[in-house]
Amino acid sequence: MTESFPGILTLLLGIPLLGAVVMGFIPRNSKGSLFGCALFFTVLDLLWSLNILSRFNSTLGEMQFVERVAWIPSYGVEYFIGIDGLSLFLILLTTLLGPIAILASWSIEEKVKEFLLFMLILQTSMLGTLLALDLFLFYVFWEAMLIPMYFIIGVWGGPRRIYAALKFVIYTMSGSLIMLIGIIALVTTASQLNQTTSFDLLRLYDLRLSFEQQMWLFLAFSLSFAIKVPLFPFHTWLPDAHVEAPTAGSVILAGVMLKMGTYGFLRFAIPLFPDAARAAAPFISTLAVIGVVYGALVAMMQSDLKKLVAYSSVSHLGLVMLGLFALNLQGVQGAVYQMINHGLSTAALFLAVGMIYERRHSRMIADFGGLWKVIPLFSVIFLVITLSSIGLPGLNGFVGEFLILLGAFKNMTPWAVVAASGIVLAAIYMLWMYRRVFFGPISPENQTLKDVGTREIVVLVPILVLIVFMGIYPKPILNRISPSVEKIIARMERPTTLSRQTLEERRTAEKEGARHAN
Amino acid sequence: MQINQVNLVNPDTLPSLAELWLAGPVIEILIAALTVLLLDLFLKDEDKGALTWISVLGLATAGAMSLVLWPSGEGILFNSLRIDGFSLFFTNLLLAAAILTLLSSVHYLKETNIQKGEFHALILFSTFGMILMAMANDLILFFLALETMSIGVYVLTGMWHQRSAAGEAAMKYFLNGAFASGFLLYGIALIYGATGSTNLERIGDYLSQNPLQGNFLLITGAVLLLIGLAFKVAAVPFHFWAPDVYEGAPTPVTGFMAVAVKAAAFAGWIRIVMHQLSPLEDQLSFILWAIAILTMTVGNLLALTQSSVKRMLAYSSIAHAGYLLIGVIAGNDMGGSAVLFYMLVYTLMTLGAFGVLMALQQAGKDNDSYQAFAGIGFKHRFLALAMSIFMLSLAGFPPFGGFTGKFYLFRSAVESGHTVLSVIAVLNSVLSVAYYLRVIVMMYMQEGRGEAKPFRRSPYLYTAIAITALGILWLGVAPDFPLELSRISIASLR
Repeated sequence: MTESFPGILTLLLGIPLLGAVVMGFIPRNSKGSLFGCALFFTVLDLLWSLNILSRFNSTLGEMQFVERVAWIPSYGVEYFIGIDGLSLFLILLTTLLGPIAILASWSIEEKVKEFLLFMLILQTSMLGTLLALDLFLFYVFWEAMLIPMYFIIGVWGGPRRIYAALKFVIYTMSGSLIMLIGIIALVTTASQLNQTTSFDLLRLYDLRLSFEQQMWLFLAFSLSFAIKVPLFPFHTWLPDAHVEAPTAGSVILAGVMLKMGTYGFLRFAIPLFPDAARAAAPFISTLAVIGVVYGALVAMMQSDLKKLVAYSSVSHLGLVMLGLFALNLQGVQGAVYQMINHGLSTAALFLAVGMIYERRHSRMIADFGGLWKVIPLFSVIFLVITLSSIGLPGLNGFVGEFLILLGAFKNMTPWAVVAASGIVLAAIYMLWMYRRVFFGPISPENQTLKDVGTREIVVLVPILVLIVFMGIYPKPILNRISPSVEKIIARMERPTTLSRQTLEERRTAEKEGARHAN
Repeated sequence: MQINQVNLVNPDTLPSLAELWLAGPVIEILIAALTVLLLDLFLKDEDKGALTWISVLGLATAGAMSLVLWPSGEGILFNSLRIDGFSLFFTNLLLAAAILTLLSSVHYLKETNIQKGEFHALILFSTFGMILMAMANDLILFFLALETMSIGVYVLTGMWHQRSAAGEAAMKYFLNGAFASGFLLYGIALIYGATGSTNLERIGDYLSQNPLQGNFLLITGAVLLLIGLAFKVAAVPFHFWAPDVYEGAPTPVTGFMAVAVKAAAFAGWIRIVMHQLSPLEDQLSFILWAIAILTMTVGNLLALTQSSVKRMLAYSSIAHAGYLLIGVIAGNDMGGSAVLFYMLVYTLMTLGAFGVLMALQQAGKDNDSYQAFAGIGFKHRFLALAMSIFMLSLAGFPPFGGFTGKFYLFRSAVESGHTVLSVIAVLNSVLSVAYYLRVIVMMYMQEGRGEAKPFRRSPYLYTAIAITALGILWLGVAPDFPLELSRISIASLR
């Protein structure tokens, strides 16, 4: 564990920010160079993250490339970042979707400079959220993520963008602020036990709290994460935000930001409060399963393509949550894998829907039909994405869903049975949507649609390649995920709660010690 | 009852030269104020711009003198003023607030034909009173200082006398303030009756040595004192004057009131209520809880319904007084320093926001509805960016100062066992997000109606806005130094 600062992870965080600074010097009317600058820096960031991947030691479950330096000593806050198997692929997902989202935004004509600035800042804050190992630092990035997304939805979004953006911020913020109190309470409790104030996550892992304390803190943390996921019934902000957001906003929102919720559970809520997590597992799994089925049913009834994809996210993330709270190796591993899958396939779906919208200025399923004959290449690409999303064997979605169900069947069979039915529903609504859009009679307005262009192929191909690759050869990815997952599972199985009596005893002993020292 | 007998003829009791020397920074402000008044008589109208510079120079000199002359905790002038880190902190905070107000008002005064001489002199006089409030170690002196401050601000409120709202505001403020002073003075009298002294240290000694249970004289006195102080920070339910007064006053004065008057009053809250009256904590805590929760909630709820940004800021400043009271309730050293730190952040955020309002002001007319902000985001980038920073910081988003400040306040509350209070406070913050973001919505997400408004560009005003915006970023990203300062300042009270 090296602790050099600034190291390669700081560079990963810094590249998009540097891009934002450089962009400040480019005149605002030269759209080409603005896009060029943003693309250059996000691609550089992507290459840098691949470099990190190549240097990542897949046998370790510990944090790697750790950097630590005092930030606000009077608070006990440090700039403390690191990477492990849980965050590695989410980081790669983020750096991959960054340039893709920017490339997909070429159709934006107004206020280009500001848009790209916000995209770059968003990139840094998302990466920061995934890297942070200091609770305060994490919270700062977590909240800072909201501001650029708020502007992206609110300025460049659809007709009801202001309402959607505000709803998004208010929902997320009410959760996060409760978590803030949770963080403060956790650190305060820890400082009373350890006599030092620190927001160091790895040290807080070793803290032993009473069951009651764990329950309260778990509640505070999970509320915030559940809203972000979004877990049923906290999902109502999601369809609005997605429908109104511009394509790039939807891609980032669905591809990366929703995973921050599940990642939060995995990194913070579950390992910090293991007993509470175990106690709450049936309850949360119930909500997750309701989400799976409910999301699928609502998605089936949508007439708007974007809304359909949005609700399918609710359903898919319910499945991820079920895997996490199976609290065993397969379940959690599958959940992490499925987070990446969902990031890829949903991002691709939003991109594809965006491409249709740019051509036809409509997202209504009823306006389409028979597209297969007019734009065959696009139809094939769309089909692959659809199949990935419903978990066809041989594509990535299958691996994740299979592992999740395997894990869930072990611990909580009834929930797994219901969730499996949700997967069947997913196949129904996705294929039904596909049939209505791409087959059947064609209307005259759709006769003249153009097939995908080079830029659009460049946007979609990397995702398609990954979808297939992750479907047939998941091993290199699972290998890197599992040591870290094993570590968390091991932590769950260790007895963590001290009985109240022992706590009292220890406190008196400490007091005695202090008295003797004086 | 023992009465302090001070024989003024006895040379031993006269203030020594060294003591006067220590009081230098305060006296210097007074001299600057009188100089401004005198020069105002002789200067021609077109030369009156010089008054700004004389005032700023006077204030800056006082700040520099205080940094050099005030080494450590010491009571001067019969121990009625205390010179310590706490006084130093507030003195410089208040001086900075006054300087920023003067810088940003240069153009405003020209536009509105407000008398320059009186304006500057009154700002200086009231700053003088505020600094004495922060230093006061004696209730009588505190009261006198508070009146010095208040009378200056009453007049400032009505300075733009062409507007009828100004007269109404000044009258309202004066009557309400007079009532508040009455409460305060009555409270002081009762406390004197109960403890035999007006000196805070002696009162503190009395409280720690005598049983407090059933001492109704003392408790009534303390409650009345609290009410007087609550009036000055516009805490609910003693806030009714604030919105009208804030709206009616000239915008620079509103900013000055929202920031400096509040800061001076909070200096009193900390030195008197939190520090010396702390043995009464059990008896007072319920009242403080109620005031804090009401202040936050009512302030935020009413801010939500406003259609004028100036009024919204008035209500939001009420809500922020509620947040600040959390630190007072926490009662520990961390709470005190959290109040100091938040006061610093709050000063910058609020002065900045009022500065932007002044920049929107045009041709003799305040322009402070939300509509005035419509579509300025991509036309007046600097103003809009700065305003966004102020709004996001007021709402408590990282990485701005407002977040670090709130974090510190909430942490002091949790540490002292007031977790419920901090949960109520964060729920309030969520409420506040809605109206702060509304300004951003207007700026960036809606088109301006009609032609672009002629914005007055004043280099001084823009400098003031830039300073406050950068200050907020600094307090958000690297707050260690100011945090340490606020901690030392609170520690110096002991």
